[in-house]
Amino acid sequence: MAIIEIENLTKDFHVEFWKMRPVRALDSLNLRVESGEVFGFLGPNGAGKTTTLKILMNLLRPTSGSARILGHPVSSVSMRTHIGYLPENPYFYDYLTAEELLLYVGRLFGIHRLELKRKVAALLENVGLADSRKLQLRKFSKGMIQRIGIAQAIINDPEVVFLDEPMSGLDPIGRRDVREVISSLKNRGVTVFFSSHILPDVEMLCDRVAIVNKGRLQEAGALDDILKVKIEGYETVLAHFDEAIAGELKKLCDEAIIMGDRLHLRTVTSSQAETALSYALAHGAKLISVNPIRASLEEYFFQEIGAHKN
Amino acid sequence: MAILAIAGNTFRENIRDRILYNLILFAIIMIFSAVALGQLTLGHEDKIIVDLGLSSISIFGMLIAVFIGISLVYKELERRTVYSLLAKPIHRYEFILGKYLGLLCTLFVNVTIMTLGLVLTLASRGGGEFGSYLRLMPAVYLIFLSLALTTALALLFSTFSTPALSAVFTLFFWVAGHFNRDLLDFGRLTESASFRWLCNVLYYLLPNISNFNSIDGRNIIQSAAYHQSVDPAAVMWISVYALLYCAVLLLLSIAIFSRRDFK
Repeated sequence: MAIIEIENLTKDFHVEFWKMRPVRALDSLNLRVESGEVFGFLGPNGAGKTTTLKILMNLLRPTSGSARILGHPVSSVSMRTHIGYLPENPYFYDYLTAEELLLYVGRLFGIHRLELKRKVAALLENVGLADSRKLQLRKFSKGMIQRIGIAQAIINDPEVVFLDEPMSGLDPIGRRDVREVISSLKNRGVTVFFSSHILPDVEMLCDRVAIVNKGRLQEAGALDDILKVKIEGYETVLAHFDEAIAGELKKLCDEAIIMGDRLHLRTVTSSQAETALSYALAHGAKLISVNPIRASLEEYFFQEIGAHKN
Repeated sequence: MAILAIAGNTFRENIRDRILYNLILFAIIMIFSAVALGQLTLGHEDKIIVDLGLSSISIFGMLIAVFIGISLVYKELERRTVYSLLAKPIHRYEFILGKYLGLLCTLFVNVTIMTLGLVLTLASRGGGEFGSYLRLMPAVYLIFLSLALTTALALLFSTFSTPALSAVFTLFFWVAGHFNRDLLDFGRLTESASFRWLCNVLYYLLPNISNFNSIDGRNIIQSAAYHQSVDPAAVMWISVYALLYCAVLLLLSIAIFSRRDFK
């Protein structure tokens, strides 16, 4: 079942009052996110990621097109009992303590008082803020704000969570913590839709991604499918080789480098790799690994978006 | 339920705001200083204290209503707290009503504290039973009603403009509301029919705040100071007027806020 359905979503902004022509922030966006997926929504600044998320949260109204979450239109208030949302660079009431904020949010969801108390304690423990529960949010670091932000987004045990740039501005430890939260949500069967700039995190977490640029969908699909076409060659690593074998292999491959007791072979085609490998194995070398060399998502991102910019 | 949660949080926000304490402190100082002024008018000390005390409650109450009222919605927008809030299962009207109710509670507590300050000042001078302080109640009640209306005005402006503009608009309406009756008289004096029509329209459109200050041509604060009785029927009609006017302002606020895009 599609958890999120976006059809021909278009949003125009009238930036300046006297300018007649509006700026198109989103242009006929179509997307489907299935149940239980971790879905990455990628694109450079100004691509339309936050606009899409705000339309999904009913904070903005689309110029045309429609979006549905859990089969309900985005304007449905009751549907929002089953979703969670973390805005970009979140800011919460700084006069509240972490505990007070979660109690307040829980009350908005109508969670029963006793259950709420138990839940808030467990959540604070979960996101590593149990010791800071009595601290006012104005004294929180950016990483702590992000963590309390995630806690407030999942207090209602949502079926789907929307995270807008959850890793931005976090240090490596903070990013790892957020990754762990997303992984645990996935393990519980929660659908996660998140936008990000930080591509290694997306590569680690996402089942499928969509790439947007200038309000248009560039590509959507499984990460492997998007990147598969971009395989640039194969790297074969061998051990137990001698000089003679290495010399012969160098002729068969495009590149052969000895690093310590390992021989790294690079070939453009898979058949080249096969020939080199069978020769090496026949002459007593030991196979360590064979890996396709493909563009990282980051490289892909630069190539694709760069090409569109030019 | 959501309205009460939002109102509770708004109340807590106001209570933790330093500006509020400054204003209340100032009002209490004003009330106490009335004692000193009372010394200058032999035999009329209590009247002066009541007069200055109730005026302080009215003016400082108005300042609290305007300055907290105009920032109610704007702060949520500027700090983007409204994004995560409106993504929760709440209607936009619940947000507006919750905010209004929260500020009304703040005003109620403030007016109560300031009134207690006034009563204590009067009691400290000896004489007068507890019952005699009840004469202050109609005036305090009407001051509170005018503050409730001012708050609804401030809230309406804050749904579509910046705090500075909202403050200007609210103060303009507050001042114009005090001279509302003059507007009607002014219209009667003029010979131009269209101008008279305009004066009449403005008279009915602008909040009639002067209603809250005087009943049957007598200033309500003076009535309290001089132990004069106040017509309960008149107080009831003013209450009905305040209720209807606030309801219209809140409906307008909800209509504007419900159509807003949060960029």
